[in-house]
Amino acid sequence: MTLDQLRQDDHATVVAVDSRGGDRRRLMDLGLLPGTKIRVHMKSPLGDPTAYLVRGSVVALRRSQARHIRIEAHDAQEPT
Amino acid sequence: MTSAEILDHAARLRADLPSDFQDSVIESIYTDAARITSTSISHDTERARLTVDRVLDKVLTHPVGGFAAMGLLFFAVFWFTITGAAVPSGLLYTLLVDNGHAWLRDAFVAFGSPAWLTGLLIDGTYLGMAWVVAVMLPPMAIFFPIFTLLEDFGYLPRVAFNLDRLFARAGAHGKQSLSMMMGYGCNAAGVVATRIIDSPRERLIAILTNNFSICNGRWPTLILMGTIFIGAQAPPALASLVAAASVVTVALIGVLTALIVSWGLSKTVLRGETSVYSLELPPYRPPQLWRTLYTSIIDRTLVVLRRAVVMAAPAGAVIWLISNIDLGGTSIAAHMTNGLDPLGWVLGLNGVILLAYIVAIPANEIIIPTILMLTMTLGPNLFDAQNGVMLELGQTQTHAVLTQAGGWTLLTAINLMLFSLLHNPCSTTILTIRNETNSLKWTTVAALMPLALAFAVTAATATAARLAGGG
Amino acid sequence: MTSSAELPQAPAHGACASCAVYNAANLKKLGIKPGNYDYVVAVAGNPNTGKSTVFNALTGLRQHVGNWPGKTVSRAEGGFRYHDHGYKLVDLPGTYSLLSTSNDEDIARDFLLFGQPDVTVVVADATRLERNLNLVLQVLEITERVVVALNLMDEAERHGIDIDVRHLARELGVPVVPMAARKGDGIPALLEAIEQVAQDGATAKRHRVAQRHPRIERAVRDLARQLERAFPGLPNTRWIALRLLEGDPGTERAVRDGTLSDLSRAWSARKTAPTNLAGTLE
Repeated sequence: MTLDQLRQDDHATVVAVDSRGGDRRRLMDLGLLPGTKIRVHMKSPLGDPTAYLVRGSVVALRRSQARHIRIEAHDAQEPT
Repeated sequence: MTSAEILDHAARLRADLPSDFQDSVIESIYTDAARITSTSISHDTERARLTVDRVLDKVLTHPVGGFAAMGLLFFAVFWFTITGAAVPSGLLYTLLVDNGHAWLRDAFVAFGSPAWLTGLLIDGTYLGMAWVVAVMLPPMAIFFPIFTLLEDFGYLPRVAFNLDRLFARAGAHGKQSLSMMMGYGCNAAGVVATRIIDSPRERLIAILTNNFSICNGRWPTLILMGTIFIGAQAPPALASLVAAASVVTVALIGVLTALIVSWGLSKTVLRGETSVYSLELPPYRPPQLWRTLYTSIIDRTLVVLRRAVVMAAPAGAVIWLISNIDLGGTSIAAHMTNGLDPLGWVLGLNGVILLAYIVAIPANEIIIPTILMLTMTLGPNLFDAQNGVMLELGQTQTHAVLTQAGGWTLLTAINLMLFSLLHNPCSTTILTIRNETNSLKWTTVAALMPLALAFAVTAATATAARLAGGG
Repeated sequence: MTSSAELPQAPAHGACASCAVYNAANLKKLGIKPGNYDYVVAVAGNPNTGKSTVFNALTGLRQHVGNWPGKTVSRAEGGFRYHDHGYKLVDLPGTYSLLSTSNDEDIARDFLLFGQPDVTVVVADATRLERNLNLVLQVLEITERVVVALNLMDEAERHGIDIDVRHLARELGVPVVPMAARKGDGIPALLEAIEQVAQDGATAKRHRVAQRHPRIERAVRDLARQLERAFPGLPNTRWIALRLLEGDPGTERAVRDGTLSDLSRAWSARKTAPTNLAGTLE
């Protein structure tokens, strides 16, 4: 599953970041690494981008970026 | 070990490193950061996001509410700027232009200053400066502080978030929406604001298209044209509404142009994938109202005053000189106007307008007074205008001057609006672009591309109007 | 590895023993105007942490400050006097990291590495501590003369985040000053911490990031040891080793063109006690 498929209120853990180049570095700088817990904070009213909660800050990613981030989703109830 | 040996040694070690070396390095840092954070913080950050913040985010990024709030806020900002600026602008105008100019002129004459000196210094230089201060200071001192408050509050990143998709389609960054909005105050400020865009390609697109946001210096031209030429076409009850609608239409054409040009650039000379995209949405913070207002107003006042001295003063002097130096019995201004008339005709404008745009490159805000002065001193002088002395008239008088002395039609007015929207940025903005891009090539593109577009569009509308039998 | 257990210096009066004059040439190369100051203080931090507010509070400047990432792109400079010493303050661009290759990060990294500031203040956002510690830990790899300005404590409180500042300081091995810079809270404590680090250097053992991958850790140690032999006195051989292992062209150039030798000499000269200098030679 990739990050763009994550639904509102679902929790997930990043499995791998498949983006390349500067984008990959930036994502890593922002703390998006394998093992990082991530959650949808809100979607843009036009459908893209989506804002995610990562390590206590809110970062918006475009779908084209989120597609390259593989995740494993958990139930909403599961504590993170 | 020598330097070369160290580098060799590093290269040998590198060959042995795991392929995910870079990831692993960052992971190691974040692992420590996470551990230290969890042992230092006694609260779940995620759960601690305030309900107020969550509700605000829900509303401000809601598909309906979000856009409604955005529209309302920006309408309020512009309304507040325009109406709030009217009174202080009027006061400054009376003080500096009406009384100040007359007083200084009298003083110069009383001290026996020769006419040419009084003309150059008082009618040219001083009036140019006074004009810019009166027209620009109040709106700038209102617009930017409000903007700064919205920025401090954390709202602006949400606007970029809401509009990002629109800009993504045009190959640009959502944050461009913000540099564009800054541009409505001042394009030079808008160009500087593109610094918030961290990918070079998208930033350049934002710089090159900022000109299509109508700056404070250009609003008066649009409002005047909209009122005396377009609003006047409608029945009196609807006149002000139609006038306002025409100005808004021009502004929207500007937004559309910015998006289309962005798209065009991103498909041609600035082709490429979005290099680095990140948009962080910071927590909302209560703004520091008084401090922000204070520093922001001081900032803007200094900017405008500097502009008045550095840009408008020389422009005022040049305008006076070309109107008062005669070559073979006619003023330089008349020679230039005659030379520019054919091109002006093709563009649905006239030589006076083009000359005004040439001498007013440093300060767009003196376009209208310059046009009025030139029209009257070069044509039948209806209201006793003096060579090289910029002046302002009431709306009916302006309309009379432009149609009777200048031969203006509805086409001239519409094309002046379009030209004002599209033409090259003012010299301050061009210099700012030079500083920000550090590239002569992109500065040239930023200056000439809009000018070419302005020529093309006005020529097209003029031709179309003439073919349709108007104009 | 550099010994961080420095002896406290004799209180510096008049001619200041650990002052920035040793590095005047390099600072000039980095565009810093020479002037009448005793210490150089760099201000680093994530975008949007109130870095410019801290900078303005210290210098009394009115640089525009906004709740928006990436305001300062070029470097701003200012200065202040505190207890008879002049401090030159350099505001570095806001960055998330020092490992990537954006222009901002190059400016910030080069300044920390080659400008050898006497103190580096890292402004961190208390409401987003983890992300901010990422940068703090990277800066600590480059220099031990660090003060963490833990800003936006009022906001953290509003969000129900409770931070054990003393624990954090112990973990990082450098002073941590809780602040609410917009209200002026914490500025006196920050000044005191800056003065202490400027005059005494680091007093505790700073946090170092160990590489989790054993092969990387081995390579870093190996290369850092060679670097220490070649360039004694450098406080950041592990960081330079990492950059060289990554093949960073800028760092390779610094090795080749003698920049690192100059830095090594400058750092060695800064250490006042000869025993201490010997300690850095292994």
